[in-house]
Amino acid sequence: MSRISSIFAQPGHKAFIAYVTVGYPSIEATLSTVSLLAENGCDMIELGIPFSDPIADGVTIQKASFHALKKGVTPERCLAVARKLKQQVSIPLTFMSYFNPILHYGQENFCNDCASSGIDGLIIPDLPPDEGGELESLTQKHNLDLIYLLSPASTEERIRLIAQRSRGFIYLVSVTGVTGARNALPSDLEIFLRRVRKVSKLPLCVGFGISTPEQAGQIATVADGVIIGSRIIQLMDSGEPNTAQQIQAFARGVRRELDQ
Amino acid sequence: MTAQDKPSFVSSSYFGQFGGRFAPETLVPALDELTTAYKKIQGDASFWSEFDSLSHDYSGRPTPLYFAEKLTGHCDGARIFLKREDLLHTGAHKINNALGQGLLAKKMGKQRIIAETGAGQHGVATATICARLGLDCVVYMGEEDIRRQSHNVFRMKLLGAEVFPVSSGSKTLKDAINEAMRDWVTNVRNTYYLLGSVVGPHPYPTIVRDFQTIIGKETREQVMVKCGRLPDYIIACVGGGSNAMGIFHPFLKDPEVQLIGVEAAGRGIAGGKHAAPLIAGSIGVLHGAKSYVLQDEAGQIRETASIAAGLDYPSVGPEHSYYKAAGRIVYDAVEDKDALAAFLLLSQIEGIIPALESAHAISYACKIASSLGKDKIIIINLSGRGDKDMDIVSGAMEKKQ
Repeated sequence: MSRISSIFAQPGHKAFIAYVTVGYPSIEATLSTVSLLAENGCDMIELGIPFSDPIADGVTIQKASFHALKKGVTPERCLAVARKLKQQVSIPLTFMSYFNPILHYGQENFCNDCASSGIDGLIIPDLPPDEGGELESLTQKHNLDLIYLLSPASTEERIRLIAQRSRGFIYLVSVTGVTGARNALPSDLEIFLRRVRKVSKLPLCVGFGISTPEQAGQIATVADGVIIGSRIIQLMDSGEPNTAQQIQAFARGVRRELDQ
Repeated sequence: MTAQDKPSFVSSSYFGQFGGRFAPETLVPALDELTTAYKKIQGDASFWSEFDSLSHDYSGRPTPLYFAEKLTGHCDGARIFLKREDLLHTGAHKINNALGQGLLAKKMGKQRIIAETGAGQHGVATATICARLGLDCVVYMGEEDIRRQSHNVFRMKLLGAEVFPVSSGSKTLKDAINEAMRDWVTNVRNTYYLLGSVVGPHPYPTIVRDFQTIIGKETREQVMVKCGRLPDYIIACVGGGSNAMGIFHPFLKDPEVQLIGVEAAGRGIAGGKHAAPLIAGSIGVLHGAKSYVLQDEAGQIRETASIAAGLDYPSVGPEHSYYKAAGRIVYDAVEDKDALAAFLLLSQIEGIIPALESAHAISYACKIASSLGKDKIIIINLSGRGDKDMDIVSGAMEKKQ
């Protein structure tokens, strides 16, 4: 069982997965925020490798990515951050990256370096399974989980394909759209989850648009975990001196709602 | 054109190792739906008869193949012909694709059309077709391009389109495509993305190419009538590469015809301020396709520079990458200053004001024409007219003085 799968091993435990853009607003902030999240109930971290053209991201993560790129964040530096984090936290770490930086790094080298830096899995929003064959065999060779995404627009055929190919869990995009905190959750989420459950035994985690502990709790009644990104970036963004307390309170709030 | 003349549909999403469908999962069902709809119209005589009829009476096809006698005399070498896409309705070849895809969207029952635009030519063509077909139209355009092509922004609005400025990244065509894709991901159930060049995820490079091959098919017939033989060279500018692929494609199997694509060398390849991925790029993935891309050592997409907004793009259609790798099409690049000189030359000696994009092809053609014998034939795809470029050119001329 992979380290990511083991999150879901305990019956009834709902996973809290948090996303941060590496280097936003600084490498130091990434390191301290991840530790803080891990200490306050987060089960897994998605480390975002910034990309110049993030077509699946809304304004919050776009801005964070451009900022990180201006500060010179590269895949190499993200790997170095992972190595540091591995000494600070024990929860699984994944990279969220667009495909081009990985392709340019070299898929084999990238998987090799991920494995040796303590990365457990990869999430690539512009790599559907149809194009992921090569990376899939490389990730398996290096004991990394390649986590695919599903969308409410996915057909039954696509659901079957991704259920077959995804490792660790399936990332369910809550809405047709880009990342970003939203006020209301889509009403057809439950139907979507039911459609996927019918064909897959994999854990199902829902991301995109979740911005409050209450929403997280609501989703956890039907899903195995929630993924929260933009809201955490916004909290890091507030510029107020008590950012750390705010993130702590938010993480604890999410944990509490998930455990109810 | 009848259904039987249509190029057979390429069911593979790849051209050799290039192309593919590197798109968010949300878009995959929409791309499948588009592929199916496009296959369906291949044998649909009523679709093609409407396309042909509107191409003829509305867009103004066929466009002439014009013997540029004065330009030929000036270069004192090969005979130069211009394929006059600049004479089309809305002023560029872009209307061919906008009309084809607009009709396809209508067939698919999509009421809301989105598009990206660089120079504004594709945006204007899309807004025009949407007005004609009664479809809603949203155009994404980079702020930098809005500034330098303001004339076209007004035209789009006049035609009833909503124009959304894009302020992220380099604020040019690349960023407009990013934003259009974000819109499509969000509104995928009721929206048709009318992509303007032979780029993007499968099936777009194939669809756009097919609607543009009318340029090459006409050229072939016309040069046979005028010269009794195929040309020695065909030269076209390449940004995303739709006008070039459109004129080249019907000649790919004629080895005696040399096909040359001209990218934008901007302020010079050596200095890095250019838009020439086929000349100075490496293989990467952008906007859903694997192709040549301008990127830095960390795989981030580089900013581009060109006097021609329509060429200002860091990648290129995957089919171009394929024919570059295969050696069938030769690619080169022309700098801003040479494109500008060709713009002025054609205006002054032929009375034809070309688009700055097309001026890159003219510049290159003039260079080689002089070294060729008078029995040789060069065809330049004059992909658009230069009315939109008055501000840029007058600004550049003032700077020079």
